[in-house]
Amino acid sequence: MTLVCGWLLYGWIVAVQTKTKKTLAKPNIRNVVVVDGVRTPFLLSGTSYKDLMPHDLARAALTGLLHRTSVPKEVVDYIIFGTVIQEVKTSNVAREAALGAGFSDKTPAHTVTMACISANQAMTTGVGLIASGQCDVIVAGGVELMSDVPIRHSRKMRKLMLDLNKAKSMGQRLSLISKFRLNFLAPELPAVAEFSTSETMGHSADRLAAAFAVSRLEQDEYALRSHSLAKKAQDEGLLSDIVPFRVPGKDTVTKDNGIRPSSLEQMAKLKPAFIKPYGTVTAANSSFLTDGASAMLIMAEEKALAMGYKPKAYLRDFMYVSQDPKDQLLLGPTYATPKVLEKAGLTMNDIDAFEFHEAFSGQILANFKAMDSDWFAENYMGRKTKVGLPPLEKFNNWGGSLSLGHPFGATGCRLVMAAANRLRKEGGQYGLVAACAAGGQGHAMIVEAYPK
Amino acid sequence: MVACRAIGILSRFSAIRILRSRGYICRNFTGSSALLTRTHINYGVKGDVAVVRINSPNSKVNTLSKELHSEFTEVMNEIWASDQIRSAVLISSKPGCFIAGADINMLSACKTLQEVTQLSQEAQKILEKLEKSPKPVVAAINGSCLGGGLELAISCQYRIATKDRKTVLGVPEVLLGALPGAGGTQRLPKMVGVPAALDMMLTGRNIRADRAKKMGLVDQLVEPLGPGLKPPEERTMEYLEEVAITFAKGLADKKISPKRDKGLVEKLTAYAMTIPFVRQQVYKKVEEEVRKKTKGLYPAPLKIIDFSHISFLSIDHSSLLPFWTMYKFGELVMTKESKALMGLYHGQVLCKKNKFGAPQKDVKHLAILGAGLMGAGIAQVSVDKGLKTILKDATLTGLDRGQQQVFKGLNDKVKKKALTSFERDSIFSNLTGQLDYQGFEKADMVIEAVFEDLSLKHRVLKEVEAVIPDHCIFASNTSALPISEIAAVSKRPEKVIGMHYFSPVDKMQLLEIITTEKTSRDTSASAVAVGLKQGKVIIVVKDGPGFYTTRCLAPMMSEVIRILQEGVDPKKLDSLTTSFGFPVGAATLVDEVGVDVAKHVAEDLGKVFGERFGGGNPELLTQMVSKGFLGRKSGKGFYIYQEGVKRKDLNSDMDSILASLKLPPKSEVSSDEDIQFRLVTRFVNEAVMCLQEGILATPAEGDIGAVFGLGFPPCLGGPFRFVDLYGAQKIVDRLKKYEAAYGKQFTPCQLLADHANSPNKKFYQ
Repeated sequence: MTLVCGWLLYGWIVAVQTKTKKTLAKPNIRNVVVVDGVRTPFLLSGTSYKDLMPHDLARAALTGLLHRTSVPKEVVDYIIFGTVIQEVKTSNVAREAALGAGFSDKTPAHTVTMACISANQAMTTGVGLIASGQCDVIVAGGVELMSDVPIRHSRKMRKLMLDLNKAKSMGQRLSLISKFRLNFLAPELPAVAEFSTSETMGHSADRLAAAFAVSRLEQDEYALRSHSLAKKAQDEGLLSDIVPFRVPGKDTVTKDNGIRPSSLEQMAKLKPAFIKPYGTVTAANSSFLTDGASAMLIMAEEKALAMGYKPKAYLRDFMYVSQDPKDQLLLGPTYATPKVLEKAGLTMNDIDAFEFHEAFSGQILANFKAMDSDWFAENYMGRKTKVGLPPLEKFNNWGGSLSLGHPFGATGCRLVMAAANRLRKEGGQYGLVAACAAGGQGHAMIVEAYPK
Repeated sequence: MVACRAIGILSRFSAIRILRSRGYICRNFTGSSALLTRTHINYGVKGDVAVVRINSPNSKVNTLSKELHSEFTEVMNEIWASDQIRSAVLISSKPGCFIAGADINMLSACKTLQEVTQLSQEAQKILEKLEKSPKPVVAAINGSCLGGGLELAISCQYRIATKDRKTVLGVPEVLLGALPGAGGTQRLPKMVGVPAALDMMLTGRNIRADRAKKMGLVDQLVEPLGPGLKPPEERTMEYLEEVAITFAKGLADKKISPKRDKGLVEKLTAYAMTIPFVRQQVYKKVEEEVRKKTKGLYPAPLKIIDFSHISFLSIDHSSLLPFWTMYKFGELVMTKESKALMGLYHGQVLCKKNKFGAPQKDVKHLAILGAGLMGAGIAQVSVDKGLKTILKDATLTGLDRGQQQVFKGLNDKVKKKALTSFERDSIFSNLTGQLDYQGFEKADMVIEAVFEDLSLKHRVLKEVEAVIPDHCIFASNTSALPISEIAAVSKRPEKVIGMHYFSPVDKMQLLEIITTEKTSRDTSASAVAVGLKQGKVIIVVKDGPGFYTTRCLAPMMSEVIRILQEGVDPKKLDSLTTSFGFPVGAATLVDEVGVDVAKHVAEDLGKVFGERFGGGNPELLTQMVSKGFLGRKSGKGFYIYQEGVKRKDLNSDMDSILASLKLPPKSEVSSDEDIQFRLVTRFVNEAVMCLQEGILATPAEGDIGAVFGLGFPPCLGGPFRFVDLYGAQKIVDRLKKYEAAYGKQFTPCQLLADHANSPNKKFYQ
C-alpha cells in the first residue's frame, strides 16, 4: 500500500514539477542577455529591396536597433554580422553597414559565414566575447540580399581578362585576344548547391523526405500551417521585432510579404521543383529566396542592468553539430537538440517555445520523424532512445522560415527573437532554437526568458 | 620486373578487358519442384498494380534459371488473366541485383546444341509475350541488370532505375563468347539506336544508370536515399517500388506515355540508318573494325553484327529472326571460344575468393616503399579503397613523381566523371608522402616496391623491421627475385610474402601472391584480403625463380630472340603473335617491358634453368642495352618511339645488331604457323611444368595468371584450357618436332606427356 502510494506521489510530483532547473546560470561565468533585437521586414527577393546592396539592408537593421534600444553608439564594443552569398565589394559587410549606420569608426566589425546559421554564429561569437570578458556590449546580426547575387564571368574569361591586364605589347594582347572563344562568355551562376556533392538543397530535401517517407500531403499541410500561423501573428501584431524600412526612393516597407496562406487544393496543383516528375518538394512547401536583415543588442547582464535596461532574455547553452552533407544534410536540428538539452541539463518537457528553422516542410517533418525514431537514434546518433518529438502546439507558433521568409544570413537572429518574444507573450521560461545549414551542419541554443 | 612491365600495353587492348563485368554470375542451383509455393518469384497486388518480386533463393544475386523462367511465366499468365490487375511492376528483392544474367552453370551444363537452343527459345517466347503485354509492365531496376536481365527489362513497357553506382545495365554475353540470346539483338537497336546498341553488344560494357537514361535505355531515374527510418538500401528499394507503382498506374491510365522524345541527333541517325546504302556502309565499317580487333579469332562479335543487321531486312525475314538467334546462340555457346571464355569466367570467380579465410587483423594502415611506377600504382589502388597509405621514397623528386602519378590517376577518373573532384580530394587525403619512417609503427602491412636488387631489398627489409610493429606484414613486389632469398635476412620470415603486381597497377587486374615455406597462413590471408580490397584477381603460387608468370614468359621471350635472329622482321613477328590472339606483338612486348629488364630476367632465370630457357642468344639484348635501345622508355628499341607519333617505324640501327647474330632459319619449322606454335608451346610447356612442380596449386590459377597477367590469348582460355581444348597429344607432337630441330628447350614436361598418353586426362574435368 505504501509502495503504491509512493508511486502515485512520484507521478504527481513529476506531473507538476515540469521544470528540471530553475535557471541555467552558471557559477563564475558571466550571464549574457539579449537587450532587444530587430529585423527589417523580410521580402521575397526581387521585390522592394531589389535595387539595394546588402549593406543597405544591414544598415537599416542597425539603425532600427539603435532607434529601438537607444543604445549610445560609443558603448558598442564590437559588431558581428552573418552573411552567405557575399557581395564582393562589401565582403566585410558588417563594417560597411556599421560605418554607414553612424557607428563610431573606432568600433571594429567582422563578418562570419556558416550558411543558414551564419547569424547564429554571429550571436554565439558575441556570447563568447562577452563570457570570456573581452567585451561587454555586442551587436550581432545578419543580412542576405538574394535580389542581387554575384554572377561571374567564366574562369576562362576571367583568366583572359587578367592576362590581358598584364600583357605589355600590342602583339601579346592580340595573341591573347585570339584565344577568345564565344563560350568564354557563359556566366557562372551561384547555386544553392553543396560544393562537396553538387546536389542542390531542394533535391537533398526531397530525398530526405523520401527516406523518412514523408508524403506530399503532409508537407503541404505543414507549409499551410506555417503560413496560417504567420498570417495570424502578423494580423495580431505579434511580429514586434520588425522595424519599418523606408526604402530609398520607394515607400516604407512595414511588413513581411511572403506570407500567403493558400489551400491544400491549390498547393496540390504545383509540380515538384527538384525531383521531376515524381518528387514531393514544391515551391509551396519550401522556403523562398528572401531579402532581409536582422540585428540584436547583446550585453553582459551586469552591464545591461547598469545601463538601466530591462533585458528580454538570456542566451544560454548552445551547440554546433555536423554530419554527412549528402544524405543527412538537413538533419542538424535532430542531432543538435538532444545535445544542447543534455548540456543544459534540461529535457524536452522544459521547453515552452520551440523555434526551428523551416528550410522545407519535408525537412522539418523528416527531422520530426528522425527525432521520434528509436531506430534512427540507435543507428545514427549513438543514443539508446529516441530524442522525442517537440509538441506541435509549442512549435513555431508565429510562423517560420517557410512563411516569413529566410534571408540565409539573417534568420538566426529572427529565431532567437521569436523565441524570446514568445516566452514573454505566452509565458514560460525556456525556448529552444534550432537550425540546419548547408554543409550538413546544425545549431541549437537555449534561450531563457529574463525574469519580469 | 619483366612481367610487371610487360603488361602496360596489354591493358590497352580490348580483348583483355574480358570479363570485367561484375555480377555475371554462376551459382549452384538448388532445384525446387514445389508447385504451390514459388521459390524464385512472388507477387502481391497493391491497388490494381501487381508487384512481382524476383528473389532467387540461397543466393546473393538473381539469375535466369529454368525454375525462375517457369515461375515467371506462371506469374505473368496469372496477372494477364486477372481482372483486378491493370498494370505490373517487376522488381528484385535483392538490393544490389535486379537480374545478373543467365545462370552460367545452366549454360555450361548444356551438352547439346538442342538444349541450349531450347533455353533461348523459351526465353524468347515469354519476352515476346511481355513486349506485347496489354497491361503495362514497369521494370524497377536497382543493382546489376545484365544479359538476360536487361533483355527482360527492355521487353517491359517502362524502366525505372536507381542512380546508384551498383546499378549497371549491359549485355556482357560477348565476353563469354555468346550473343544476347533472348531478343537483345533486335530490341536494343530499336531502343537506343544502332550505334549505341552495337557498342553495348560488342564491348559488353556496363552502363551506369545516368548514362542509360540519356541513351533512352531507362525512362526514369530514382535517386538512392540516405538513412531514414530503415537502412538506406531497404528504404531505397521501397521508394523505387513506390515510384514504379505510380508510373505503372499512370501508364495504365494513359496519363504517361511510354514513348520517349528522341533528340534531333538520334532522329537523324535513325533516319540515316533507314537508307540502305548508309546502313551497309556503317555495318561494313563496324565489321572491319571488329575483324581488325579480334583478328577473326572470336566468332561472337561477328554474329552479333549479322543479327543486328538482319533485323533491318524485310518483315518476312524478321519473323524468322528469333529462331535464327536462338540457333546461333546455341551454336556460339557450344564453340571452343565460348568454352574458353566461360572457363575464364569461372576461374575469375574462384580467384576473387580468399581461400585462406579471414585474416586475424584487418589491414587498415599500409605503407609502400618506393614511389616509382609500381609503388605509386599500388598506392593509387589502395587509397581509393579507403586504406590509409604511406608512400615513402628515398628522394623528394621520386616522391613528387609518385604522388603526381596517384593524383593524375584519380584526376583522370574525375575527367571521365567516375569520381567528383571532391571525392578525389578526400581519397587523396588517405595518402601521405614522406621520406622517413615516421608512422611506420602503426603500419599493418608494408609493401616494398624498390628497385629489383637483392642487397637493396635486404637493406630496406632490415630498416623496416626496426620500426614496424610485431604484427606487421612485409610484402615484396618483385617479379623475379625469390621471396625466400629476400626473407633470408628477416627476423620474422613468417611475416614475409611476395605480392607481384602488374603495371600499370590501376589497369591490370592480376595480383600474383608468392608464399615461401615459412610464410604463415595468416600472412597469406592478409595479403589476399588486401589484394581483393584493391580489386585484384589473385593467384597464389609457391616461391621459386620467376614464380609463375615471369617464369612462363621467359622461355617464350627466349624464343622471340631466336626467331628474330633467324631473320624474321619484328613487324612480321608482331603480326604473327597478335593474329594468334595475343593482345600485344612479341617484339613490341619486349620494347614495352624494357630491354634492360628483359635482359636482367633472361640472365637470372637462364642461370637457374639453363638449357630449358635457351634458344635465343641473350647477347642480342646485351647489345641493345649497350647501345641504349631500352625500348619505349628510351625512345628506341626494335621500334622508334616519338612523342605524339602513333605510327611505329622499325629502328634501322637494329639491322647491324641483328645481322651480327644472324642464324640460318630451319625451313622445316619456320612456317608462320610453326613460329606461332614455337612461342605458344614453350609458354604452355613451362606453365604445365609449374603445375607439375607445385608452383601452381590449380590449373585455373594458371589460366587466370596467363590471361590476366601476360595476355595469353583469352579465346584460348589460358595454357591449361588450351591443352584440354586443342589436345595434349597435338601439343606434344609439336614440341617433339621442335625438339628434334632445336633441342632440349622444347622437351615436353612429364605432366604434359602424361596427358598426351592418356586422352581421358584433362586439366578441367
